[in-house]
Amino acid sequence: MIAIINYGVGNLFSLESSFNKLNFDVKITSDPDEIKNSDKIILPGVGAFGDAAEKLFNSGLAEILINQAHNGKLILGICLGMQLLFETSHEFGIYKGLGLIPGEVRAISEIIPKNLNLKIPQMGWNSLNIKRHDEILKNTSQNEFVYFVHSYSVRCPDEFITSTTDYGANIVASVSNKNIFGVQFHPEKSSDAGLKILKSFCEV
Amino acid sequence: MLTKRIIPCLDVKNGRVVKGVNFSGLNDVNSPIELAEFYSSCGADELVFYDITASSDGRKIFTDILRETAKNVFIPLTVGGGISNLNDFERVLNCGADKVSVNTGAIKNPDLIPQAAKLYGSQCVVISADVKRVNNKFHVFARGGRDDTEIEAISWIKKCVDNGAGEVVLNSIDTDGVKNGFDLEMLKAVCDVVKVPVIASGGAGSIQDFITLFKNIPGVDAGLAASIFHFGEVSIKDLKLQMQKNNIPVRL
Repeated sequence: MIAIINYGVGNLFSLESSFNKLNFDVKITSDPDEIKNSDKIILPGVGAFGDAAEKLFNSGLAEILINQAHNGKLILGICLGMQLLFETSHEFGIYKGLGLIPGEVRAISEIIPKNLNLKIPQMGWNSLNIKRHDEILKNTSQNEFVYFVHSYSVRCPDEFITSTTDYGANIVASVSNKNIFGVQFHPEKSSDAGLKILKSFCEV
Repeated sequence: MLTKRIIPCLDVKNGRVVKGVNFSGLNDVNSPIELAEFYSSCGADELVFYDITASSDGRKIFTDILRETAKNVFIPLTVGGGISNLNDFERVLNCGADKVSVNTGAIKNPDLIPQAAKLYGSQCVVISADVKRVNNKFHVFARGGRDDTEIEAISWIKKCVDNGAGEVVLNSIDTDGVKNGFDLEMLKAVCDVVKVPVIASGGAGSIQDFITLFKNIPGVDAGLAASIFHFGEVSIKDLKLQMQKNNIPVRL
């Protein structure tokens, strides 16, 4: 069973539906035993980092996730869920994340040149420049399109970056660190390209 | 590079797509679920579901259909029609909507956009404005384009964005149904004052209308249309191929 962590952030309907469509057993849960007994973990999330991190740490879920990660459980963070895998975020203050991948979260506006006048958030379909075909990108081709909605972006050492996308600068689109995976885009909203990535994660 | 989006709009009444459709390969041409799956397979970047039922029974059917669609279609879904309070947001978001568009509801209740943005995030809140020229001024119209609110449209849209709306659908009543192209003048006026995505609606009659739109108004992020897609006058695949030929960034 794949556990989708429910910590009161965002709408999990489409995410659950996408796994159902792929015929994988999935459960939305915040129950520690269910999470511990799961085969894999999905950490979703939309909204602000600080609020989400507070909910994870105050509920005790952060500790469970960190333990599970250290035990080798496969974890996939999606959108804000990916950002939460990192050490710190600078969204409306400085907040601590789960620290499962070295790096930090910064505003896109700090990363891209101002004179380009690009809209924030980046909202829409953009293509992947794949740096490393890790387990979840093994079936994904160069330049496939996926759906993004985000105003903040990860900065981390190159060794963890598996793909980037061009939005005035190279924006980190996906990361992995051994058993920990993260995607900035929404695979559950990225049509066949996204479902393929979720399927690959399920099959690792 | 971020691509320009092509968005079919489905008006749903009593569980059926309102404008008649005629596609080979579709068993039930008025089924919103089948049509949504069809458009997604043709390369639609996003879908808008518009609830035009007035009764509470109809509303229940609509949310059931939305839920079934979201179980099978994995591209962003924007839902509008009859959104007048936070309960309405909750109702459609729980059925798989990604974005909720408000129109008359935002005119009647100025707190709706800021409250929804705070609760669900700006990326979830779309201001959909029906705008028409009255004595050479842009006016916001309410109730599906029936009532002139006499509110000046451009500053009102800007205010909605300042209050938390994360996207604008601009529907020009002047060009809607005419099939002679989008309302470039009106769109430019809006793009000049907001920094969130703008979706053009009203007036598409041909592939060339979309090319003209994206070539002339770089601030426009997406083109929305209903009947030309439903009637098969423009196929999304052909449209996107032509966009690519014209060097407009597009997802193929």
